[in-house]
Amino acid sequence: MGGESVIAVEGSTVGEVLLTLTTTYPAIKGQLLNADGTLHRFLNVYVNDDDVRYLGGVEARVDNDDEITLLPAVAGGAW
Amino acid sequence: MTRYASVLDLVGNTPVVDVSALSPKSNVTILAKLEGRNPAGSVKDRVALSLVEAAERDGRLIVGKPDQILIEPSSGNTGIALALVCRLRDYHLKVVLPTNVSPERRQLLLAFGAEIIDSPGAEGSNGAVRLAQRLSEENPEWVFLYQYANPANPLAHYSTTGPEILADVPEITHFVAGLGTSGTLMGVGRFLKERRPDVQIWAVEPPSGEIVDGLRSLDDGYVPPIFTDNDGEHLLNRKVIVRARESIEWTRKLTEVGLFVGLSSGAAMAGAVKCAATIDDEVSATIVTLIADDGWKYLSTGAWSDDVDDVVERAKSIIYF
Repeated sequence: MGGESVIAVEGSTVGEVLLTLTTTYPAIKGQLLNADGTLHRFLNVYVNDDDVRYLGGVEARVDNDDEITLLPAVAGGAW
Repeated sequence: MTRYASVLDLVGNTPVVDVSALSPKSNVTILAKLEGRNPAGSVKDRVALSLVEAAERDGRLIVGKPDQILIEPSSGNTGIALALVCRLRDYHLKVVLPTNVSPERRQLLLAFGAEIIDSPGAEGSNGAVRLAQRLSEENPEWVFLYQYANPANPLAHYSTTGPEILADVPEITHFVAGLGTSGTLMGVGRFLKERRPDVQIWAVEPPSGEIVDGLRSLDDGYVPPIFTDNDGEHLLNRKVIVRARESIEWTRKLTEVGLFVGLSSGAAMAGAVKCAATIDDEVSATIVTLIADDGWKYLSTGAWSDDVDDVVERAKSIIYF
């Protein structure tokens, strides 16, 4: 997605963090969230190495100093 | 020992070994299922055999008919396994392979008589999948088994890997494996959940390095159809990402218990250890993790001998996982 690779963003849930991010960087809005606020199908979001889809999705809670990683879904692994 | 009629009869029935010496908790047993014991060296032998036999059953491939061509995208293990099966069945295999895979994989494919079609390294696995799709559309007479969408892939694990695990480890509480095509997790996961609904299924997302940098936008992303078809999001209980450094460190640690395994197995073991760390002290648990292949194909990475920082740096441009 270019530019800075690590930035600090406020929010108490994953959804809030992503929304704040898209306000700061409007160009990436459609890349992160669908119109209904759910995660883009090809976006994987991790809170401290845990995929948030299995922690409640955009509702997943985040604390101070949690690290959120955004990665595109790729056909990876020892395939 | 037992006598076998064909190398293909050696596929599956792999051993499970206790690696709890590396468990962070005394109440958590960790067992490793050694898929490197398969004849072409990886868990993908099960998948390759299942894909080819399914195509033979439905008539897409005909045993004994000359000049039949198969095409498949692979970063290595599926290609190598298919090359073995195709050699024994007399099919011609074309493997679409990213240019930046380790040289051992390329040589193994050639050893078993496969033809290699290069795909751009910077596009990683997604690029190889796209090129194979395009070539199969341009050449409709080629048989495209397409492991990412073929139900025979998870079926191999539903009908062999899963039952073997439950027979050998009836006390299993967690299954942890790497996520590639998702075939292992979907097949084993579904088999275990049907019989032991409480078993937790954990996916380990391997490091993707340069592949991610090569993506122009999320629209180039990819979720394997078999993941969607098997309702993977509900089948999995957790998915954790493991970084390149952690994978390499755990690949090295596994030698402490005598296991010389591939780097994705280091990632799987790191995932098993993360899983163990979440289990309460007063509960006993048994984690089974899947060791997809042995270390031989990765010697050129220097993963066991070089400085970890150098290996991590190299992992950004070479497909190790």
